[in-house]
Amino acid sequence: MIGAVLAIAGAELRIGIRNRWVLLSALILLAFALVLAFVGAAPTGAVKASPLTITVASLATLSVYLVPLIALLLSFDAIAGEVDRGTLQLALASPVSRSAIIVGKFLGHLIVVSIAIALGYGVAGALVVTLAGGGSAGLVDLGRLIATSIGLGAAFLAIGYVASASVRQTGTAAALAVGIWLAAVVLYDLGLLGALVADSEGTFAKSVFPWLLAANPADAFRLYNMAALDTGTAATGLSGLGEALPFPPIVGLASLCGWIVLALGAAALVFRRLEP
Amino acid sequence: MSDALLDIREASKRFGKVRALDRVSLSVAPGERVALLGHNGAGKTTLFRLILGFIRPTSGQIAVAGSPPGSNAARLAVAYLPENVAFQKALTGRETVRLYARLKGAARTDADRALERVGLADAADRRTGTYSKGMRQRLGLAQALVGSPRLMLLDEPTTGLDPLSRRNFYGLIDEIAASGTAVFLSSHSLSELEAKTDRVAILRNGALVADAALSKLQAEAALPVRICVKTEPNKVNEVSERLGGARVNGQSVELLCPAPEKMARLAAISALGPLVTDFDVSQPSLDDIYRHFSTQDKAEDRS
Repeated sequence: MIGAVLAIAGAELRIGIRNRWVLLSALILLAFALVLAFVGAAPTGAVKASPLTITVASLATLSVYLVPLIALLLSFDAIAGEVDRGTLQLALASPVSRSAIIVGKFLGHLIVVSIAIALGYGVAGALVVTLAGGGSAGLVDLGRLIATSIGLGAAFLAIGYVASASVRQTGTAAALAVGIWLAAVVLYDLGLLGALVADSEGTFAKSVFPWLLAANPADAFRLYNMAALDTGTAATGLSGLGEALPFPPIVGLASLCGWIVLALGAAALVFRRLEP
Repeated sequence: MSDALLDIREASKRFGKVRALDRVSLSVAPGERVALLGHNGAGKTTLFRLILGFIRPTSGQIAVAGSPPGSNAARLAVAYLPENVAFQKALTGRETVRLYARLKGAARTDADRALERVGLADAADRRTGTYSKGMRQRLGLAQALVGSPRLMLLDEPTTGLDPLSRRNFYGLIDEIAASGTAVFLSSHSLSELEAKTDRVAILRNGALVADAALSKLQAEAALPVRICVKTEPNKVNEVSERLGGARVNGQSVELLCPAPEKMARLAAISALGPLVTDFDVSQPSLDDIYRHFSTQDKAEDRS
């Protein structure tokens, strides 16, 4: 069982490296990170935080947009595309459970995403430290950002598999993936913002809104990272985010983990009903 | 019957209103080679998907090595080569076969040996994206060979193979069957099988219309033997009158006779002595037999 999972993961990793997925996503992350670090950090002026911490704060926002996109692009094709092209039939005929196939693909894709994030953000962080100074301060923040970005990628990989297993055509799966990205990353926030404007002092803003934020994996990721940065420095510009929440920031992390487990389970369930 | 590796009893499958398979009963014993024939859309691939457990029959039972299709025991026993087999283009042939070997719990060396057996050892380290159709087909066979399966399901395995590869392919099938593996393969023409199977089953519109050894099907179809008699140029009318056949051109007469009467006819021909210069006997071809079973007229369908 473990052997089969690792074999599938290994194959996915190999494919990710050979079709330049790893390289391309790392380069995209690095390019955006460098723009944010060197152009976006200019107006911070005399903030007491280290340059690296400030960069990490802007990278967290970058992650919210880019990492789900990269993860969904990797996963939308995983099942629908392979059924479409006929490459999945042999695996389905072999004595491996469908859950093992999903977990194997997840592991392989997760390694692809992890390499891309670690490479992109790692190189950007190293450049910031070398060029802007500030020493090793903020390294913990960068490490936390990389680790949680990988978690964010994992959640959207799993969500992408649910989409991929529920439709028969790659094209439909792609459209679904784009829809999911738009809804989770853009529309959800817009909706919350609208509701907040309509009722800025009521019970919604105080007790419902934070929980709704934590319920979306992308927002949960942002919440946790900003709150963690906030406890040490004033890098985010949001005053006392940690105190304003009705729950500890770790809930954001828990939400992310919950999404990974739930979506993977849902993907396995939907996949089990697929008739190739 | 109980020791059959594949035992299908009265299996039917409907897709909405379409009846894809209609009470099909069939069994394949260890070491037996059985061919499943039928036109495109006759239900061959549907039957394979049922045997693999990808879909469930609407009614009837199927047992693979004594277990329900799709169960772990059944999947362990079965190797499958789909029609139009496809692989991840970025992986090499060796990586691909090793991947499936690991999924089946077989050894790496098993994968390498399978690649050698299908003649892909030299191309094994190239990406499958560069493979020709015939090479992909052989790679598909290689992955089916690993893990010593007890039942091999091959969906149109020889389409796209050149005659030489096809001969090699049937050579391999003989070896596999000789070691006790049951082989169940489909094809859309009897001539493509080159009479290399023990039994032939023919599907027509989802129903099994024949299931017997080729020689028995030949006898059952009772197609006439075609005899072509060549004569001296000016004797063709005389020969035609005495034998009762049709004149084909200025010098030959064609006779159709039922197989059992063949010897009597030949005796009559040789009795003509010097009138006959040469003659040809052609047995009904495999395609003639297949056409006989797969396209019997509609009137019979209704009865």
